[in-house]
Amino acid sequence: MIEIKDLHKSYQMGKNSLHVLKGIDFTVKEGEFVSIMGSSGSGKSTLLNIIGILDEADSGTYTLDSVPIKNLNETIASRYRNKFLGFVFQSFNLINYKSALDNVALPLYYQGVGRKERMERSMYYLEKVGLANWAKHLPSEMSGGQKQRVAIARALAADPKVLLADEPTGALDTKTSYEVMELIQQINDEGKTVLIVTHESDIAEMTKRIVFLKDGQIESDKPVNQVRASEYV
Amino acid sequence: MFSIERWQEIFEGLFKNKLRTVLTGVSVASGIFILVILLGAGNGIQNGIQKQFEQDAVNRISVWPGITQKEYNGLGIGREIQLHNSDYTTALTLLSDHIEYKSAVYSVWSGNMVFKKETGTYRVEGVHPDYQFIENASIVKGRFLNQSDIANYEKHVVIGQKVANDLFKGEEELLGQELSISGTIYKVIGVFTDPGGEREESRVYIPISTAQRAYSAGDKIRSIVFTLKRNADFDNAVAESHEFTQKLETFLRARHTIAPDDKGALHINNSLDQAKNIYIITGGVKAFFWFVGICTIIAGVVGVGNIMLIIVKERTKEIGIRKALGASPFSIISMILQEAVFITVVAGFSGLVFGLLVWEFVGPSIETDFFTRPEVDFNVAITTLVILVVAGAFAGFVPAYRAAKIRPIIALRGD
Ligand SMILES: Nc1ncnc2c1ncn2[C@@H]1O[C@H](COP(=O)(O)OP(=O)(O)OP(=O)(O)O)[C@@H](O)[C@H]1O
Ligand SMILES: [Mg+2]
Repeated sequence: MIEIKDLHKSYQMGKNSLHVLKGIDFTVKEGEFVSIMGSSGSGKSTLLNIIGILDEADSGTYTLDSVPIKNLNETIASRYRNKFLGFVFQSFNLINYKSALDNVALPLYYQGVGRKERMERSMYYLEKVGLANWAKHLPSEMSGGQKQRVAIARALAADPKVLLADEPTGALDTKTSYEVMELIQQINDEGKTVLIVTHESDIAEMTKRIVFLKDGQIESDKPVNQVRASEYV
Repeated sequence: MFSIERWQEIFEGLFKNKLRTVLTGVSVASGIFILVILLGAGNGIQNGIQKQFEQDAVNRISVWPGITQKEYNGLGIGREIQLHNSDYTTALTLLSDHIEYKSAVYSVWSGNMVFKKETGTYRVEGVHPDYQFIENASIVKGRFLNQSDIANYEKHVVIGQKVANDLFKGEEELLGQELSISGTIYKVIGVFTDPGGEREESRVYIPISTAQRAYSAGDKIRSIVFTLKRNADFDNAVAESHEFTQKLETFLRARHTIAPDDKGALHINNSLDQAKNIYIITGGVKAFFWFVGICTIIAGVVGVGNIMLIIVKERTKEIGIRKALGASPFSIISMILQEAVFITVVAGFSGLVFGLLVWEFVGPSIETDFFTRPEVDFNVAITTLVILVVAGAFAGFVPAYRAAKIRPIIALRGD
């Protein structure tokens, strides 16, 4: 599903250049559930953003579902994002003037799905994350956990091949974090490929494979025995 | 661009962001509104001045002779120049193309008038029938002089309203009454009023032929007056009247052997030269209001541009989110532009209509002598609106294009 070879990325800051990713080799197969860990500043978000085509690498190859991702213009990039990827952010990134339902429907709108079907499908995903009763509410009327569940529903709405989440539980308390993780585990159980970035090891334990980043390189990459979040809830 | 889905999305954006929508709308609407008010005021002042001025025939040219002050062709200084009927008729045939109304005048400054026991001294003017139009006099009773009065040396008189008020107090029927002027009995055939007021209504008109006979003037005339056909374009009118004056002057100077530069021997008054000053003033007023109007438009354009910049900046994060969810740059740009155009069109049009309504309803109640018909050319207003809309779209396009092109990660971070 995801194939990355010798990926490099540096940030230009004035005259200095900060080499963040220094040759990443990394493969994810369909249906995997991977967490990326590492100390702050180790380049986790950078890697995930590149995988999500929100950012671009300097060198190396990246293949997503057999499609090479290289030098895409914004129009094609936006189409791939829409078709292949669902993104969940630490800070939710919901559109604040849209209701939960309309937020979830947005990727479908950009897919050209008609209004009626859009609403039906969005409702289905809202139900899936347990927020059917909150469909008409604005993000400002919801708790952090609820917002993140809306964001997950939105990421799933367009039925992407890969779900990417950058510290999806970073802004949530432990209990809510586990609820969210339980939801993500269910999604993975249904066969969706999931990558999350986290620096909490209990969250990482709930995935099936942990990749450790250090100094822009992969320090370790090993499978784990998944802990079911439901055990804690 | 025109899919219903996209408009639904845009209306949702506009509706859910009421404050932003209203602020943008109000600033666009007030810009157009102020412009309409300014243009209307400018037109009102201009129309007012023009109306004041149009009370007398604009393009009036009068000629009267004087005394020579220069030797010419062996003739000395101090010679009195006298115009005759033949000067008038020859000038007419020579210049008939441009002339609208014409009259020779034989006038007497003070004619003693007696009606029954009332007496008074008024100016007597022997004129041709066209003189009524040259003076812009209107007949309130009876008629003005006509061609047969002239031909038959009729002792007919048309009296000014002031003369009528003074001498014919309490008289029920003026017409047909006999008025003695300098010892001769005339029959009153009409009463006139003149926009020039009392001064111009303190006179009486009699046929020029009768006047010449009554005052033993033979075929002498005191002056000649013409008005020229109207010309819509003022500069053309001035040029034409200069040419006319030139021809008339050359003709009369040659005929009476007057030096070309002898100002005292022949006076020609071209009212258009006076008119020119007034036209320049009204032109200045109009130019001033246009200037202010254009500044308003520029301010409006800058304002709309600023608003668009701020809106796009404020929405950078939203743009980033939309892009992360798969919005293409094109859909982002068209969303922002359609919003901008929609707001400017609706708000601009409301401002325009509101401005026009204000003039429609308030205009008439503030009309004065110097402020009439404060109307606004609808085309000008619409053009302005189009300029604003295009400017708004353009001002929105640049930042929208930039926002649509940058990587979503940068847009997402931008807060
Ligand atoms: N746009 C940028 N410009 C310059 N430097 C950047 C930019 N984005 C990230 N960096 C730097 O790159 C390094 C890696 O950043 P990244 O966000 O990938 O770290 P991270 O592993 O996600 O850290 P955290 O756990 O704090 O989220 C950091 O040192 C950061 O300061
Ligand atoms: Mg990070």
